[in-house]
Parts: sequence; structure tokens; C-alpha cells
Amino acid sequence: MSQNETLLASNPAVGMYGSSPSWLAVIGEACRKLSPRAQWKNPVMFVVYLGSIVTTLLWIRALMGHGDASSGFIFAIAVWLWFTVIFANAAEALAEGRGKAQAAALRASRQRVHAKVLREPRYDSSWYMASSEEIVAGVWVLVEAGETIPADGEVVLGVASVDESAITGESAPVVRESGGDFCSVTGGTRVLSDWIIVRITANPGETFLDRMIAMVEGAQRSKTPNELALTILLVALTLIFVMVCATLLPFSSLSVALNGSGQLVSLTVLIALLVCLIPTTIGALLSAIGIAGMSHMLKANVVAISGRAIEAAGDVDVLLLDKTGTITLGNREASAFLPAVGVDEAVLAEAAELASMADETPEGRSIMVLARQRFGLRSRSLPACEPVPFSARTRMSGVDIGDRPIRKGAASAMREHVRSLGGVFPAGVERVVDEVSRRGSTPLVVADGSRILGVVELKDIIKGGIREQFAKLHRMGIKTVMITGDNHLTAAAIAAEAGVNDFLAEATPEDKLKLIRHYQAEGRLVAMTGDGTNDAPALAQADVAVAMNSGTQAAKEAGNMVDLDSNPAKLLQVIEVGKQMIMTRGALTTFSVANDLAKYFAIIPAAFVATYPPLAKLNVMALHSPGSAILSAVIFNALIIVVLVPLALRGVRYRAASAEQLLWRNLLIYGVGGLIAPFVGIKLIDLLLTPFM
Amino acid sequence: MSFDYAQFAIVVTAMLLMVGVAGTWLTRVLSSSHHGGPERLTYRLLGIAPDEGMTWKRYGLALLLSNAAMMLLGYLLLRIQDLLPFDSLQRPAQSADLAFNTAASFVTNTNWQSYSGESSLSNFSQMAVITFLMTASAAAGIAGCAAFIRGLSRKCTNDLGNYWVDFTRTIYRVLLPACLVLALVYVWQGMPQTLTSSVTATTLEGAKQQILIGPVASLEAIKHIGTNGGGFFGMNAAHPFENPTPLTNMLHMLAMFLIPSALTFTFGSMLMRRRQGWAFLAAFLVMFVGFLAVVYHAEQQGNPLLAQAGADQQWSALQSGGNLEGKEMRFGMAQTSMFVAVTTAATTGSVNAMHDSLTPMGGLVPLALMMMNDVFGGVGVGFINLVGYAILTVFLIGMMIGRTPEFLGKKIDAREMKLVMLAVLAHPFCILGFTALAAVWPATVASLNNSGPHGFSELLYAYTSGTANNGSAFAGLNANTPFFNITIGLAMLFGRYFTLLPMLAVAGSLAMKKSVPEGPGTLPTATPLFTGLLIFVILVVGGLTFLPALALGPIIEHLLMSAGQWF
Repeated sequence: MSQNETLLASNPAVGMYGSSPSWLAVIGEACRKLSPRAQWKNPVMFVVYLGSIVTTLLWIRALMGHGDASSGFIFAIAVWLWFTVIFANAAEALAEGRGKAQAAALRASRQRVHAKVLREPRYDSSWYMASSEEIVAGVWVLVEAGETIPADGEVVLGVASVDESAITGESAPVVRESGGDFCSVTGGTRVLSDWIIVRITANPGETFLDRMIAMVEGAQRSKTPNELALTILLVALTLIFVMVCATLLPFSSLSVALNGSGQLVSLTVLIALLVCLIPTTIGALLSAIGIAGMSHMLKANVVAISGRAIEAAGDVDVLLLDKTGTITLGNREASAFLPAVGVDEAVLAEAAELASMADETPEGRSIMVLARQRFGLRSRSLPACEPVPFSARTRMSGVDIGDRPIRKGAASAMREHVRSLGGVFPAGVERVVDEVSRRGSTPLVVADGSRILGVVELKDIIKGGIREQFAKLHRMGIKTVMITGDNHLTAAAIAAEAGVNDFLAEATPEDKLKLIRHYQAEGRLVAMTGDGTNDAPALAQADVAVAMNSGTQAAKEAGNMVDLDSNPAKLLQVIEVGKQMIMTRGALTTFSVANDLAKYFAIIPAAFVATYPPLAKLNVMALHSPGSAILSAVIFNALIIVVLVPLALRGVRYRAASAEQLLWRNLLIYGVGGLIAPFVGIKLIDLLLTPFM
Repeated sequence: MSFDYAQFAIVVTAMLLMVGVAGTWLTRVLSSSHHGGPERLTYRLLGIAPDEGMTWKRYGLALLLSNAAMMLLGYLLLRIQDLLPFDSLQRPAQSADLAFNTAASFVTNTNWQSYSGESSLSNFSQMAVITFLMTASAAAGIAGCAAFIRGLSRKCTNDLGNYWVDFTRTIYRVLLPACLVLALVYVWQGMPQTLTSSVTATTLEGAKQQILIGPVASLEAIKHIGTNGGGFFGMNAAHPFENPTPLTNMLHMLAMFLIPSALTFTFGSMLMRRRQGWAFLAAFLVMFVGFLAVVYHAEQQGNPLLAQAGADQQWSALQSGGNLEGKEMRFGMAQTSMFVAVTTAATTGSVNAMHDSLTPMGGLVPLALMMMNDVFGGVGVGFINLVGYAILTVFLIGMMIGRTPEFLGKKIDAREMKLVMLAVLAHPFCILGFTALAAVWPATVASLNNSGPHGFSELLYAYTSGTANNGSAFAGLNANTPFFNITIGLAMLFGRYFTLLPMLAVAGSLAMKKSVPEGPGTLPTATPLFTGLLIFVILVVGGLTFLPALALGPIIEHLLMSAGQWF
């Protein structure tokens, strides 16, 4: 197997998600995370960690005969507290493990390659070989067929087909050429044919691939703003409960003194109570949710430059969508033949077909298809003809049959054409041209010699299902704005057909930037896609900016996400992943806090029944004994983390619905569920423990 | 029984009827650009630039420093009371710790009284220290709330208004006129309003009796309108001069609710979100009615141990029944239960009954209301606390819609969360921390009147009342010792400024933000669902925080009472 084949085989985009890390590796990693420094990063779990250490010490003291409770009980509590810490670590390790597998696959494609460094950006310049680690930004390299591009850069000379499957997972090669929007190349991709001279734009270790690996590995993962705020909330709740539990000791001692009888609450019980009350569930799973969000993006073949961008995706209010490729198929399709007065439709169709014979564009083919459908043409043999391809100068294409020129083209071009041949452009056709434009279609005028035969209507084809998608977005409260270079009439017609809320016609990149600023000034968050260099300012301004991988380096640097499939419609998926991540966080937070009620009913009576026996009345779950009640609560608290790991990694399912509907639904599941589940769970665990107590 | 419900209904309806009027009035006072004549004169005399906008820091600093100055003044006057004129009874000055406690108590709108009103203070002190600080602390609270509401309503600015203007206007345009009217009604109902210190009466047996009087009506008016609560007399609103008739009792309750309820309306109009204002009022009302039901039910049930002993505690045509220990017959069960709930909900602290004598569950209600501190709450601060909890609710539950939390169009980020949690933390830290300190303080047990869980409740009540700036006493605790004077004094100061200042900072931070337009994708916060969730979060966070302490106090006492044990 050659090196190139290895590259293809280890295609990360394909292999990325399938591989799950082994359980052994996860548990090993979970234990490695037991170091105080790793624990300190998660303040909620750090409290549990300290609690585990203290109870372990209490157990040792109890073994020596100085325990404030039976050593077996303290041991059981200590063990389950350690489990709680390890489960939390394991959740994080599991989420990270997936990323690590993806990173390993990516790293495989970042092998050291050698490239020809040119002294001057000319094909015949002298060159020397250098390894990819020595190639810095600013140098020119020549990459020929079969060679791998050493680092990110821009094509300055030449055209080549490039296999980018190592990055995108797409096996069809793409063309990269100097100038324009297809000049950017990525390190690690391979030139299949021809040659290009690339000006390197990234230093070793800073390439797109490096950034991707770092992101996926979580090495550069800093807490997102919302995660930070949530952590503060969780820390504050933890502090409250630390205060609650710490003050219970003096309260208990005063109660014993005032009551004249009873027993002081034990330290072990207070630690157990504390661990049960602090929001360990969300505390343990918070970072896993964030990492999983990143994984979901990767699964959709989108690389987010930061977790912050994913979070912002959930908050997006306005979507700016390019018409072509997102709302309409890239190609227009012939939909009708509109003959001039006195011309038979079949004659027009035949001329149009002839004019399109040499036209390999999808538009040209669609004219042939329509003609065949309508009149069964092309069944006869065709006269010998000379194709005349489209040129930017004439803005027409067609065929010459002998000295009879058959042409099709835009109205203005055809007007020139027939006039030059001494013909006239009929007023009726002029009207038809206007009407067609107003419908949102493109008119194509057909002429046989100097005679105008009529108009072929080329229609923009709205993508299937896009209307439903927009309706869905609308229900979610997201405004859709179509951006197009078309004139106002055409844009309005397409906008109405696609069901977008608004449109920007005859848009220049400056208009786009202005529109984004306008929406942001209203307090809205804007998402967009882009690929060209002239999109870069708008991409940099937008809150969520998905750059197409096929786009220029400038666009990719300005955006905060890169879509490896270069599919602008991916924006909708990006938003769903963002919303899903925030929703999962919210659901687990609510669940975690709601859990506390049941834990109180388990632990409070158990803790103080020795001081005040009537408190047994609060033991509504009829738990076996104070010891089993406290232990059951601690075990439930640890196991619920394990139970919820799949939810944290998979995410709460997102449905397109209004905020109020979503709130009701999730509230019933995670709020009410969070209240009830622990009552059931603790009771069940208590029943299981009863024989051993 | 239905007569009792009618009384509840009358008070609640009357309160609701006043919300619109008082709310509109407050809105105009707080948002008008016109300065009245006396106000301009005041600004000129004090060198204030009334049109200067203040950042939250300047606003907070002005509030804090002026409060500190007023507290110092109050402290000094109490310390030299014996040197001051106009006291024919020549009452002595307060000790250092007592004067600290008293000054802290009145400047923080708490009105905890370690002293006994009539025997400790001269008429001059009642006016120059007590009535003065009552007015100033209420105005400070309303001003703080005004700045807070402005912070929520404005965008992309750091201007929260001018503290001096808010403070002056609140006194001139709201408190003084309202108090003048109310005081006159009180005088009509029989409250004394005089500079004479005492009158001598001859009893039927011919004995001479000295009856203390003074400017009571004026103090009572601001005491309730400003949700202060400190009594002229040690007996507070149970004293016939402070609360002569059922009508004054009802007026007291209405006065306590007047501004806290109206602020919800003011909020709604200043933000142009009327529905949100009503939703907050609904949250207040639902919690209040719930707790009123608990205390009324518990008190009407009476004490099962007395029933076993043969006492008739049933309601009948001839008696109101229930637990009448420590209650005034002229108010009866309904007006007393409601007064208990109102005074602790609005954190006034005025009492017309002995809270120590409430049944255990009845006693739990004032404790719980003070622990939450946001069921109406004190003027200004109660509303601020409620909004703090609303922000917490948005964060705990709002993310389930798939957006990062927003409240009233403003994104809630780490900074706001930090500040809100600081305010939320200050409360339990003060209550639990100081109670724990007192629990291990050796002399504490000697100060407690009762043993068992009731003794613990007395202690818990004292620090809860202080921190919540309520000021009502459970009684039964001899709090006039240096330890209690200092610790309760600190609890009052922490409880006031460690919640008010962080929330002002929240307002300052939110004012700087852009506002996100509302739509079907944003969390609706003016709906019954959100109001229900807000109540739930308040109860759960409050419940989770204080349940263990309450379990060792009123809850176990209730269980023990059912088991036949009494303290």
C-alpha cells in the first residue's frame, strides 16, 4: 500500500465517528484524571473528591476504633463517593476519547512530506527539496501530479485537480487554480494531475489540519461563555450546600444540648448529604456535553473553530442564505418555449435545441430535455453543424449550420446580434422578456439568422423540501433572508416561492456586511455561509460564519466554522446542533436540581432521627434504616451519572417548535422526571440493600 | 370562618385596587424630567447636579456613603441621648453595642429592636433617629429599585439615573404626602401625636398611672408605608396606641403592601412590558396566599394538646377559636394570621401578636417568608430580589428551549450570574453562618427562653429577621447582649448591602447590553408557566437551603407536638 492509499484508507471523515474508545482505555483515563490538578478544573466534582478523601480517612480512623459511625458504613459511603468521582471522569474521558480517535485519524494524514521549494514563483525556477516541517509561510512550492501539498496556501500559478478526501471525505477531485475563489489549497491534500505553484500561508503547527486536530482533541477547548456562567451558578449552589451542611454540625450540637438527649450527626453523614445535594449530575456531565457538541458538528462534517461558535449557533435569530446552492439548485432549467408572433412553438423548440447541442452546461441540457419532452425532437438525423461556444465577448452560444447561424443568449446580447445582421427585435418579444423576468425566471432569446424566434424561459429550481425547512425555522423563531445578485423582481418572486422571510436583491458584499451590522444592532445574532474572498468581511462580522471548505483561505480564516462538504444548506444542521447542546445542558441542570428534593427526604430524617425520633415521619419512602437511606441516596447519585452519560453524549432531541412548546415538553420530561426518578431509584436501591444491612 | 375569608379578600382586593394608581404615581415620580421647586432648592443647598447620570458604581457608592453617614448620625444621637433636650423623662443614652445595633437596624430598613421602645428612647430620638432613618431607608430602597428597573429597561448605556434625585423625589413626592394622609387617619382612629412625653392618669382604684405618649401616628405611618416595622412601644403594633382598631390594623397591612405591590406595575410601565409586571405581581400574590393559608390553618387548628386537656378551640358564633395565646382579641384569628404573613412577606417586622406563641407550623410561615425575602419584600429590595430569582429561573430552566439564557431581551452571561449568585449567597450565608456561630457561642443557651427545637427556632428567627431586614422578633430571645447586638447588627448590614449592591451591578451590566427582540424562539417570561416556574425555583432554592435548619426547628416541633410533647 502506498502512502497515498494509506491516506485514503484512514479517511477521517468516514472513520471518524464509528470508532468508540475501548472501555479499558476510558477507565484508565478516568483514573488518571484523579490527580488533584485535573479535579480542580471542575469545582463541583472537586468537592466530591475532597469528600471522598475525608471519608476514606474517617474510615481508617474508624478501623482504629475512633469512628463516629460503623466502619462498614463509612467504607461503603467512601467507596461510592470514589465511584461518583470516577464516573464523572469516565464521562469526560468517553467524550474526549471519541475526539481523540478522530484526531488520530487526522494526524495520520499529516505525515511528513517533502516538497520542492522554489526560489521564484515560476515553473522553471530552480528549487530545492525541503520537509514540511521546514516550510514556513511565504515560500513558494511546486507541487506536481502525485505529490502531496506540504502546507496550507494559495495557488499563484497553474491549474490542477486535487484530491481533498483526506480532509473532506469527498473522493471526487476538485480543481484548484490561481486567482478567483478556487485558489486555496490545504496541506495534506494531493495533486492528481498537472502542477501548481503554491504560496504557503501557514507555518508548521498552525495549519488548518493542526487547528482541526487541536479542536477535536479538546486541547484548545476553553469554557464557552454559557458554560462559564453555568459553572458559576453550579459553584454558587455548591457553596450554599457546603454552608448548609457545615452549619448542621453546630445546629445539631445545639439541638442535642437543648433537647438534653440524642446523638450528634456524624461527619460521614454530613459529607454524604453534601455530595447528594450539590449538583453533581450536571457538574459531572457539563464538559462531556460540550465535547459531544463538537463531535456532533464533526459528524456533520463541520469543523468549528471554537465551542463558542457552536453555542452561538443555538442563539441565531437571522439566517443569511445565498440563493444559489442553498435555496435554488445551482442550475436553472428550461421550463417553457414562448414563441414570437407568427412563429410556431415547435420551430422555436427545434432552433433552441440546435443552439444548445454543443452547450454542455446544465441549462443547455435542460433545453434539449424540454424540447424532446414537448415535441419528440432529435429523433431525426441532424445536419452537419459547427458549434459556437459561449464567449464572454459575444455572450451567446449556438451552432452554425452552413452559413445559417442559430444563436441563443441574453436579450441585450441578442438585440445587438440581430441588429448587426440587419434584423429587428420584435416588441412582443421584448414584453415576453419582461414578463419572464418578473416571474423570477431568466429569459433566453433564440434567433435563427437575423430572425428572432422567441424566448426560452429558464426557471430557478427551488430545492426540494426547502420550503418546509424554512417553515420549520420560522416556527423556531428564526428569520431567513435570501441574498442574491438577481434583480429585485426576480428575487421577490423566488423569495415568495421559497418562503423566506426577506431578501436582499442585487447584493454586493458591502450590502451583505451592512445588512449583518443592521441586524446585529437590533440585538440579533446572524449566521451566514460564504466562500469567496469578498465574503470575508461579512463572515468576520457574522456571529456564526460557516466557510465552505472549497472557498478561499481568507474566507476560511474569517469564518468560525468550516463545512468540509461545502454545502451551504448545512447551516440549518449547524443551528440544530447548537440548540441541541444548550438544551442538553439545560435539561441536565434542571434534572440535577430537581433530584435534590427526594434526596432530602432520604437523608434529613436519617441524619437527625437519632436526635429527634419523630423525624422518622419524614421518611416518606419508608426506607429500611438510616444507614440504608443515606447509602441509597449516595449510590443513586453516583449511578444517575452513568445512566445519563448516553444522553449527554447523544444530546436531547431537538424538535422545531416554539420556545414555549419546547419548554413544556422538556419540563415534563426533565423537570417532573427529575423530581420523581430519585424517589423511585432510591427506594429500589434501598430494597436491594436491605438484605445486607 | 367565611367572615375570616371575607377579611382576607377585602385586604387583597383593596391592595390590588391601589396597584395601578400607586404604580402610575411611582412611574411618574421616577421617570419625570421635571424638578419641583422644593427639590430644586434642596439640590441647590446640597450642591447636587440633578441631571447628572450615574453609573451603577457611582449610584451604589452614593447610596452606601449616604447610608453610612446617616447611620453614624443615628449612632451618635443615640449615644448622647441623655444630653439632648425635650425629654421630661430623662431617658439614658444607649450603650455602644445597642446603639450600633439600633442604628444599623434602622438604616437598613430592618427595625430590629434590641431595646424596648418607650422605655429606652426619648421623643426626640423617636423623631430624629427612628422616624428619620425609617424614611431615609425606605427612600434608599425605592431609589435602588428605580435604578435597577432602569438598568433592565435601558440598552447600551451605563446611566442608571441620579441617586440624589431618586432619593429626594421619593421622599418629597411619595413618602411625605402618603404618610401625611395616613398619619391623619391614624390620629382620627385614636393614635397619639404629640410632643408630650407622658400623661398621668388616675385609675379607678385611685392609683396614679403614668402613660407614655409621643409622636406615634407619624412614626406609624412611615413604619408601615416604608416597610420598616420598628415600634414606638415595645409591644409594637399590639399596643393600643400603635394599633387601636381593626381598621388601623387593616390600614397597616395595606400600607405595608402599597409600595412593594405598586413597584411591579411601575416596572411594567417603565419597561413597556405591562404583562411582565402583572406576572411578577401574580408570583408575589400566589406565594403570599399560599403561606397565609398555612399560618391561618395552623392557628385556627389550635394546639392539639390543649384540646386534649379539654379546651374548646373550635370556631363558633361566640368565639373565633384556634390558638389565641399571644394574640389580641380585638384583631382575632384572621387579622392576626394575616398580619403575621403580611409583616414577614413585606419584611416590615411590625407585629400585632407574639410570634413566639404561634403554633409550630404557624411559626414556620414567618420564618419561611423571611428566608425567601421576596414575597413582596421590603420597599424596593423585595422586587429586586424577585427579579434576581427570575434571572436564576431563566438560567436553571430556560436553557431547555435551546438558547443561552436571556431575560427581558438581555443575554445573561457569566458576569450577571456571578453577581446574582453573590446576592443569592449572601442571604443563606448570613442566616446560617451567624446562627451556627450563635449555636456554638457558650452564652447563647442562657439567652434562650425555651428548650428543645423551640429554642433553636428563636435563635434562627433572630438572624433570619436581621438578614432579611425584617426586624420582627420571635421574642423569647434576650437579644440585648453585646454578642447578639453585634452579630445581628452585622447580619442586617450584610443582608442589606450584599444583596442590594450586587443587584445594582447586575442592572449596570444589563444596561450596557443590547436587547434581543422577542419572538417565538425566545423564552416567554410573562406567562403563567414562567410565573409558576419562578415560584417553584424560589421555593426549591429556599427550601433546599433552609429545610435542614427548619427541620431542626419548627418542623420537628410540630412533629413532637403531634406526639404530645410541648415546649
